[in-house]
Amino acid sequence: MSGSARLKWAVCASAIALTATACGGGGGGGGGANGIVRASWGDPQHPLEPANTNEVQGGKVLDMVFRGLKKYDPKTGAAQNWIADSISTSDQQNFTVKLKPGWKFSNGEPVTAHSFVDAWNYGALVTNKQLNSSFFSYIDGYGQVHPGSGNPTAQAMSGLVVKDDQTFTVKLSQKFSTWPDTLGYSAFYPLPRTFFTDHAGWLQKPVGDGPYAIDSYTKGSIMRLRKWDGYTGDDKAKNGGVDLRVYTDSNTAYTDLQAGNIDLVDDIPATQLRNVKRDLGPRYINQPAGIIQTIAFPMYDPRWNGTSMQKVRQGISMAIDRASITSKIFLNTRTPATDWTSPVLGDKGGYKAGLCGGVCTYSPSQAKKLIQEGGGLPGGQMKIGYNADTGSHKEWVDAVCNSINNSLGNDRACVGAPVGTFADFRNQITSKSETNPFRAGWQMDYPLIQDFLQPLYYTGGSSNDSHWSNADFDKLVDQANAESDSAKAVGDFQDAEKILAQQVPAIPLWYQNGNAGYSSNISNVALNQFSVPVYNDITVG
Amino acid sequence: MGRYVIRRLLQMIPVFVGSTFLIFVMVYALGDPVAALFGDRAPDPATAAQIRRDLYLDHPLWQQYTHYMAQIFQGNFGTAFTGQPVLQLMGSAWPLTIRLTIVAVIVEGVIGIILGIISGMRRGRSVDTGVLVLTLIVVSIPTFVSGYVLQFLFGVKWGVVNPSVSAAAPFNELILPGVVLALVSLAYVTRLTRTSIAENTRADYVRTAVAKGLPRRRVILRHLLRNSLIPVVTFIGTDVGALMGGAIVTERIFNIHGVGYQLYQGILRQNSPTVVGFVTILVIVFLVANLLVDLLYAVLDPRIRYA
Repeated sequence: MSGSARLKWAVCASAIALTATACGGGGGGGGGANGIVRASWGDPQHPLEPANTNEVQGGKVLDMVFRGLKKYDPKTGAAQNWIADSISTSDQQNFTVKLKPGWKFSNGEPVTAHSFVDAWNYGALVTNKQLNSSFFSYIDGYGQVHPGSGNPTAQAMSGLVVKDDQTFTVKLSQKFSTWPDTLGYSAFYPLPRTFFTDHAGWLQKPVGDGPYAIDSYTKGSIMRLRKWDGYTGDDKAKNGGVDLRVYTDSNTAYTDLQAGNIDLVDDIPATQLRNVKRDLGPRYINQPAGIIQTIAFPMYDPRWNGTSMQKVRQGISMAIDRASITSKIFLNTRTPATDWTSPVLGDKGGYKAGLCGGVCTYSPSQAKKLIQEGGGLPGGQMKIGYNADTGSHKEWVDAVCNSINNSLGNDRACVGAPVGTFADFRNQITSKSETNPFRAGWQMDYPLIQDFLQPLYYTGGSSNDSHWSNADFDKLVDQANAESDSAKAVGDFQDAEKILAQQVPAIPLWYQNGNAGYSSNISNVALNQFSVPVYNDITVG
Repeated sequence: MGRYVIRRLLQMIPVFVGSTFLIFVMVYALGDPVAALFGDRAPDPATAAQIRRDLYLDHPLWQQYTHYMAQIFQGNFGTAFTGQPVLQLMGSAWPLTIRLTIVAVIVEGVIGIILGIISGMRRGRSVDTGVLVLTLIVVSIPTFVSGYVLQFLFGVKWGVVNPSVSAAAPFNELILPGVVLALVSLAYVTRLTRTSIAENTRADYVRTAVAKGLPRRRVILRHLLRNSLIPVVTFIGTDVGALMGGAIVTERIFNIHGVGYQLYQGILRQNSPTVVGFVTILVIVFLVANLLVDLLYAVLDPRIRYA
């Protein structure tokens, strides 16, 4: 950074401090000066509140600015106690949370039991309209603060009780042994008093307890995060800060990376995948993330739910040549799926390669036979519903259909059924008016096998879009949740998953990878299981 | 003249109401935006109902529209899903797009007219043919192609400029995006000027001026150019609105967070206040630009009178 640029920066910073207004960036130049990482970003879709952020761009910032009771190890995905000193239970339903002393928010306020309990009560209260409020639904008293309709009859959940500054207890409405491991998710972060007393001011410039503090935030264009020197956790930032620049087009971000105008891009555009290895060499990252793509069946539609249809669903799964599609269309940024979870869970966490067995193995002759035995495709043709506005789904949906058509020897067996917008697509699914099998993507909230099964396939689960229901599956999930031994719990979940392999309410397609590229200015770059760069470990220079 | 202006301004009212209503209906027809807020997760019905009530989405379309228009006349353009008031988005986006448009208009005006004069004066010679072929090529290349190619060449290959524009977007960084935005119009301006000049070089008044023994410079600048530029000025004037609206592609390529960017985000997220608000202002810009061009006619050509 040149002298004049530094002066300009100082003026900008003081202007923000005085008037809290936006200050434009000073242009290019200063390549990673003062240990600052310049990274690409997308405009968050919602205000940056922990319980209101359900997409990766906002989540990125929260994970830099906040730390919670638990933290997921970026390599193994294991949930480690972070602010929590201990979370203990004797019955898998009543938990006592003890905090480590000495944690502070970057405004100096200490992190206490109240910081958590108040934040969670805020997130759950229906009138606060927090998109992630369902994460608190396991806590006793959620029904009173978040009734299905009408006004809440309580302002706080009865299941949360503060014992002293360092201790609080949680009563769940059901047994849930792995519940403490969900607490690394951003919805469970603590909040300082200023969040409640000066909400608008806090949203302009969120204050948290993480390794970074927000220096300035110009909504829609740039956020400057700087290392917070008062941070006492073990994962201190190894760089001076991160500048997150909003890009509308990932192609532009990639071009900027090539020109040395930015250091880190965590979304390689599909059009550049062919060149990325040549352009970046070892500075290209392609590693598994906790995302699985499936084709879900509308099990609420009798055409797909008949007793003989199980064979048809199995047959369709066997008709898809996953290996060719992932290598030709996705250029190996996806891996063919052989279960309903994700490799990032690891064997201990419940991932089991090949659990799906023959059903997920490409076998055209077997597929044709099964579909014929099951009475053929309903109406002689299947359509795959997808949204056409984002994510370029058309390419792979057409490829899947092509594969099914080839397997069945029928050019008209399968076609894509695009829906104009994502909102409309989601509306059709949630109102059960989607009568075709449809694409479904699932990005985990926390690295637990429970998160890949219960929300999606448990009767009435929060994202059970198929509305599939199976008593044996539900029983095994309940049993797993009540299990105190995590290895046994994982075993129960896998038994439940075997029911999916028979009934196939959703066809697993592939596990999605996270992609990133970085400049030679920075090193020690890695992605975590959520395909988000581990910013605090990046070193500059 | 005054009565003419008032009549034109009054005509804008139905256009304004009609266009906002049409845009409102179109965004509305895309469907309920609330489900998309929850991503791939099924929306929690109680929370979704709260959000709908807050955004006035639980009312029928015509009530939503009247509610929205009533708000606009109180100076409230609504809020985007990020919680930012649309007025604030406009405050940050419009200056950028206006600056980009100024650059584009200057580029297309200056370069286009100069090229037009040169080829118009040398009609039928190799320079003229060259310019004609060149403009034909430019017209047939879509903006996103020329945008990405020039961005790669100047930004990455030769490293002359930054491929993307910084948040402050000063004029010097907007030159390349401005050129890209102006390219197609530039070709039209060149061709218009050329034809007009070529026609007028044989006009009686030019021959008279030459016969009077006026210097060549003076003949071209004062007599020939002033008369030949009338259609060109019309084109540039109406083009201002088109450039602002057409900036969506250019702004995306060069990462300029102007009107095009906000419109794109608004459409993608189905946020009607953002889309309708920005388009409404675009409509007004278009109408005013047209009016100004019509008035400018009378100034350039004394034969035209408005009553």
